[in-house]
Amino acid sequence: MTRSARRTRRTLQVAGAGAAALLALSACSSSDDSSSSKSDSSASASPKMSGTVTVFAAASLQESFTTLGKEFEKANPGTKVTFNFGGSDTLAASITGGAPADVFAAASPKTMAIVTDKKDAVGTPATFVRNQLEIATLPGNPDKVTSLKDLTKSSLKVVLCDKTVPCGAAAQKALTASKLKLTPVSYEADVKSALTKVELKEADAAVVYKTDVHAAGSKVQGVEFPESANAINDYPIVLLKNAPNAVAAKAFIALVQSAEGQKVLSAAGFLKP
Amino acid sequence: MTQLDTSDAAAETLKGGPGRRRVRMTGRGVPLPLLIPALVGLAFLLLPLVALLVRAPWRSLPSQLTSTEVWQALQLSLFSATAATAVSLVLGVPLAWVLARTEFPGRGFLRALVTLPLVLPPVVGGVALLLALGRNGVVGQWLDSWFGITLPFTTTGVVVAEAFVAMPFLVISVEGTLRAADPRYEEAAQTLGASRFTAFRRVTLPLIAPGIAAGAVLAWARALGEFGATITFAGNFPGRTQTMPLAVYLALQNDPEAAIALSLVLLAVSIAVLAGLRDRWMTTS
Repeated sequence: MTRSARRTRRTLQVAGAGAAALLALSACSSSDDSSSSKSDSSASASPKMSGTVTVFAAASLQESFTTLGKEFEKANPGTKVTFNFGGSDTLAASITGGAPADVFAAASPKTMAIVTDKKDAVGTPATFVRNQLEIATLPGNPDKVTSLKDLTKSSLKVVLCDKTVPCGAAAQKALTASKLKLTPVSYEADVKSALTKVELKEADAAVVYKTDVHAAGSKVQGVEFPESANAINDYPIVLLKNAPNAVAAKAFIALVQSAEGQKVLSAAGFLKP
Repeated sequence: MTQLDTSDAAAETLKGGPGRRRVRMTGRGVPLPLLIPALVGLAFLLLPLVALLVRAPWRSLPSQLTSTEVWQALQLSLFSATAATAVSLVLGVPLAWVLARTEFPGRGFLRALVTLPLVLPPVVGGVALLLALGRNGVVGQWLDSWFGITLPFTTTGVVVAEAFVAMPFLVISVEGTLRAADPRYEEAAQTLGASRFTAFRRVTLPLIAPGIAAGAVLAWARALGEFGATITFAGNFPGRTQTMPLAVYLALQNDPEAAIALSLVLLAVSIAVLAGLRDRWMTTS
């Protein structure tokens, strides 16, 4: 018995130490993912642009920026564009925290200000597109949602973006402007998570961007609402101060602002600046 | 068995028991090739915690901690972690017994499957839970249409997500203890007329109680820190599904000081609980 008692005590000690270690680990297992941002400045020997451009961009820019990235790589052989898409506030926090990035494209001037206030940007951010909110409902709109007011029905499960994210702030602005009180089932950490909840049919509706509804195709149905005109988001883009590849980064920003870039963005549902 | 052996060895190292004695006997110090990585390892584990304390906004801490949101999140975290541990105990101990005490084809494979949530990224676990138990999920659609139960976006959903991630820790721990416990006690009880279940209840359970306690604490700690599966499966709503780790993550975005304050609370609670339980075991065992 003494042997087994000793053994169990030992097991307990392992468990205790293990638990403490686990706790420390799991508390920070967030989705903050800036690992793919190793840029290559050593290849600057070649005469033209080369190396990797790392772009931190709002989640809502995912589709159009991925397309633009491919175009950029095709037009400038030897370059590579890597993206880190996420909630603008998360991205801003990682940039001010020292994440190596060349370009930041945010979904609101407020989240951009986090970066410019810390003097991590070069020059003044330029607005390159604007985005309007839209309601995403299940395909076929089974709950017959036609207005923002319909979402306040208690039988509906609605998800919003968290107020710290631009799409959440914009939704709140639209709701406040029309004096509506909406209690969602969840405040999601970024616009794509909110949309996913509708795509998986876990929620009946979400307030997201027009561009997200567009990108989701037939998986959701969009419902426009007039109040969204009060909450249009400006999307600013800026070159970052510690950009490892500033030359190529400037060229990428130029592409986004060019007629060609604007065509891709308009096709995705963005409004002209 | 191998697992048990390694855990024993790890325990001895941790305790500094036999190892330290041997060092004293021979009169030689710890060899440098072991000492240096050991110290680096220790610093690596402790430094982030120290940084948290150094950068803590001590002055604004009282006002941060008295906000209702913090208390809501803390209460929810403690409740759901405890409930998830209870669920794990009710389902996990019998599962561990079946894995340790019965023979059937494919048991090794089953054992590997049980431990899968240990290696699965929690977010993937959350998506899998949505596909299984969501309103439109494989099982969830029947729960919804027959009983009107939907799990996502509810506190129950938080408990489910945490139990999914935490239960393997309990199963592994209890199974290891069961394998180490001498089956002859149970056999003796059975020859004296006890049924197999009575033997489990009256002999096995008291015998492996410390192992169950250790597993429960592991599971509780894992559940308390759960983030990925919870935010994916249960969403984020203050007071209903926003546990401390979710609150920390979202606070980090616009108010890092609040995030540090929340982290400190979580840290203090975990240390208090772990230390408290450890002391109790040390005196009773």
